[in-house]
Amino acid sequence: MIARRSLLAGSAAAAVIAPRVRAQGAKPRIKLGVLNDMSGPYRDTGGPLSITCVQQAVQDFGDHGFAVDVINADHGNKPDQGASIARRWYDEDGVDVILDVPTSSVALAVSTVTKEKNKVNLNSGAGTVDLTGSQCNPNTIQWTYDVYMLAKSTGGAMVKSGGDSWFFVTADYVFGQQLASEGAKFVKAAGGKVLGETRYPFPATNDFSSFLLQAQTSGAKVLGLANAGADTINCIKQAAEFGLTQRMKLAALLMFISDVNGLGLQTAQGLTLTESFYWDLNDRTRAFSARLKQKAPDVRADMDQAGCYSAALHYLKAVADMGVANAKANGAAVVARMKAMPTDDDAFGKGSVREDGRGMFPAYLFEVKSPAESQAPWDYYKLIATTPAGEAYRPLAEGGCPLVHT
Amino acid sequence: MFMIFGYPVALLFGQLLLGLINGAFYALLSLGLAIIFGMLNIINFAHGALFMVGAFVAWMLQNYLGLDYWWALILSPLIVGAFAVVLEKTVICRLYRIDHLYGLLLTFGLALILEGLFRNEYGSSGLPYRIPQALSGGANLGFMFMPLYRGWVVLVAVVTCLAVWLVIEKTSIGAKLRAATENPGLVQAFGVNVPRMITLTYAAGVALAAFAGVLAAPIYSVNPNMGSNLIIVVFAVVVIGGMGSILGSIVTGFGLGVAEGLTKVFYPQASATVIFVVMVIVLLARPAGLFGKAA
Repeated sequence: MIARRSLLAGSAAAAVIAPRVRAQGAKPRIKLGVLNDMSGPYRDTGGPLSITCVQQAVQDFGDHGFAVDVINADHGNKPDQGASIARRWYDEDGVDVILDVPTSSVALAVSTVTKEKNKVNLNSGAGTVDLTGSQCNPNTIQWTYDVYMLAKSTGGAMVKSGGDSWFFVTADYVFGQQLASEGAKFVKAAGGKVLGETRYPFPATNDFSSFLLQAQTSGAKVLGLANAGADTINCIKQAAEFGLTQRMKLAALLMFISDVNGLGLQTAQGLTLTESFYWDLNDRTRAFSARLKQKAPDVRADMDQAGCYSAALHYLKAVADMGVANAKANGAAVVARMKAMPTDDDAFGKGSVREDGRGMFPAYLFEVKSPAESQAPWDYYKLIATTPAGEAYRPLAEGGCPLVHT
Repeated sequence: MFMIFGYPVALLFGQLLLGLINGAFYALLSLGLAIIFGMLNIINFAHGALFMVGAFVAWMLQNYLGLDYWWALILSPLIVGAFAVVLEKTVICRLYRIDHLYGLLLTFGLALILEGLFRNEYGSSGLPYRIPQALSGGANLGFMFMPLYRGWVVLVAVVTCLAVWLVIEKTSIGAKLRAATENPGLVQAFGVNVPRMITLTYAAGVALAAFAGVLAAPIYSVNPNMGSNLIIVVFAVVVIGGMGSILGSIVTGFGLGVAEGLTKVFYPQASATVIFVVMVIVLLARPAGLFGKAA
C-alpha cells in the first residue's frame, strides 16, 4: 500500500517536474559549486549553511534569462581532495565557479586549479593572506576576511585599550603561524611587547592547560589565541577554569558566531572578536537574515557563510552583465568584471573588489554580550568599533601580488 | 626565582601536576580498552566515539530532562553501557572467531557512523556544558591555580582505576573473567554463563568510556570529534602498558600524562609525538609492553 502510494506520488512529481526541466533546458545554465568542510571541525562555520546562503543568493538574484544550479562537495580539509574535486567539477561537471573553500591549504590548492582551468574561485572561508599576496591570480577573489584584517582589528584594539604585553598560543600550521605573526606585528607597531609564544601540534591537542600556565607565568596582559574552531573553544573554556580570565584579557583572533554559541555566553562573555558580518548589525543584515531564517530557522549565518551569499550574488550580476556565453568561456574576464563593478547586497552593504582580488568591506570589532544583556536567541554581539574597508586590509603595495602594477 | 634547566621551578611543578591530571583521563580510557581487549580480544576502535557519546548524553540529560552533572555521572554510563549490550549482542559477538582485523574494521566503522550521526544532528562547533556549582572555583597552590574540578577528576579517576583493578584481580567474578579469557569452554563447563559475562564485560568497558566522557564534558569542547583526537594517544597507552594489562594501562596512563606535560614546556611542538616515541622505544625493548606477558 505504502509502496503504491509513494509510486503514485513519485510519478505525479515527475509529471510536474518534467515539463519544467524541458523548459529550463532551453536556457543557458550557470553552475555554482560550494566546496567546503561538511564533516569536520569547520562544518559549522561554513558547511551546509554556506550552501543555503548561495541558494539564497540565487533566489534573491531572480530570473535573468539563465538557469543557475548549485551543487556541493566535502573537501575534508585535505588539499589533494579539494584539488581533485575542483578538477573534476571543472572538467566533467560543467561547474563555472567554486565558492567558500575554508582551510588555507585547500584554498591555495583550489585557487591554483581554478587559474589553470580559467574558471572562477570566490573564497570566503580561508584566512591566508597569500591568496591576495604572493599566490594571487586573476581568477580568484578572497571575499570575507584574512589574517591581516583580524590581527589589525582585534590586536590593534586590544593594545589601544591597555593590553600592551602579549603571549600567543599558536596552532602549529600555516594559518596559526600567519595569524600570530600578523598579530605580533600590530602589537609591536602600537608600542606593545610580545613576551612569548608557544606552538602546539595541530590538530592533535585537546588539553591546553600547560600552554595556558606558561602564558600566565610570562606575566603578559593579553593571551592571543592564534587558532580556530574547537581549539579556540577549548582554550577559552580552560582559561576560564584556570582563572586566567581574572588576570589576563583573552583575544581570540579568529572566532565565529557559531563558536560563541558552542561556548555559551556564560563563558564567552566579554570576549572581543572581529567579523565582517553580523546578522543583527543593521536593517539590511536583519532583512537578509529573516529571509535566510525561512530556510534555516535554528542558526544564524557567520561572516564566512554570509560572504558566500554576497560573493555569489555579485558573481551572478557580473554574469548577467557580460552574458552567459562570455562568462562561461573566460573565468578571468568574469573576475575582471566583478572587480570593475561596485558590490551591493544586504549582507555586506556597498563595497568593492580590489585589483589583487581582495574583497573590500569594513571589519567590525565586537564584544560578546553577557547572558543578562542578551535579549533573544543569537543576540550575542555588541559593536565596539568599525575599521573602514580602506584601512582594514593589507595595503596593495605590501602584498607582493604579481597582478598589481604600481 | 629558583630555576631548573632555565625554567622557573613553579612552572615545572605546575606542568607535573597537569600531566597527572591528563594522565587520569588516559588511564580511565585505556582501562576500558584494556578490559575489552583482555577479555574479548577485540580492539575497540569505537572507544573514542563512545567517550564522545557519554559526553553528549550528559548534555542531553541536562538540556532535555533537566538532570544535572551528578545524575549524568551515574546515568550516562548506564545508558551508553546498555547501548553497548545491544552492539555486542547484534554485531560484535560475530567477531570472536575471526581475524582481529575484522574487529578493528567493524569498530572503526561504528566510530565513523556514531561521529557522523552526532555531527549531522549537533554540528561540529560543540555544545556548552558547565562545571557543576559545587566543583567550580579552585585553590592557589603557590606555584599554580588549581581548579577544584581538575582535582575531582584525578580523585575520581584514581578511585575508579583502583576499584576496577580490585574487582578483576581480587574478587571471584574477576577470577571467573580471567579464567574465561584463558579457556572459555572449561569455564562454561563449570556452569558459568560465559557469553553473558562477555557481553557485560564489553558493556562495563564502554561504560568506563562514557564515564570519562561525562568527566570531560565540562572542560573540553563537547563536539563529535572530541574522542577521535584522544583515542590514538589512548591506544598508544594500552600498547605501551601491555595489551590487556589493567595495571599496565593505569600506570602508563599517568606516566605518559607526565611525560607529555613536561614536553609541553621544553619543546611543545613535539608534545603530540613524544608518546609515540616512547611507544617505539618500549616496543623495541619489550615487544609485549611494559606489563604485558610475552606471547
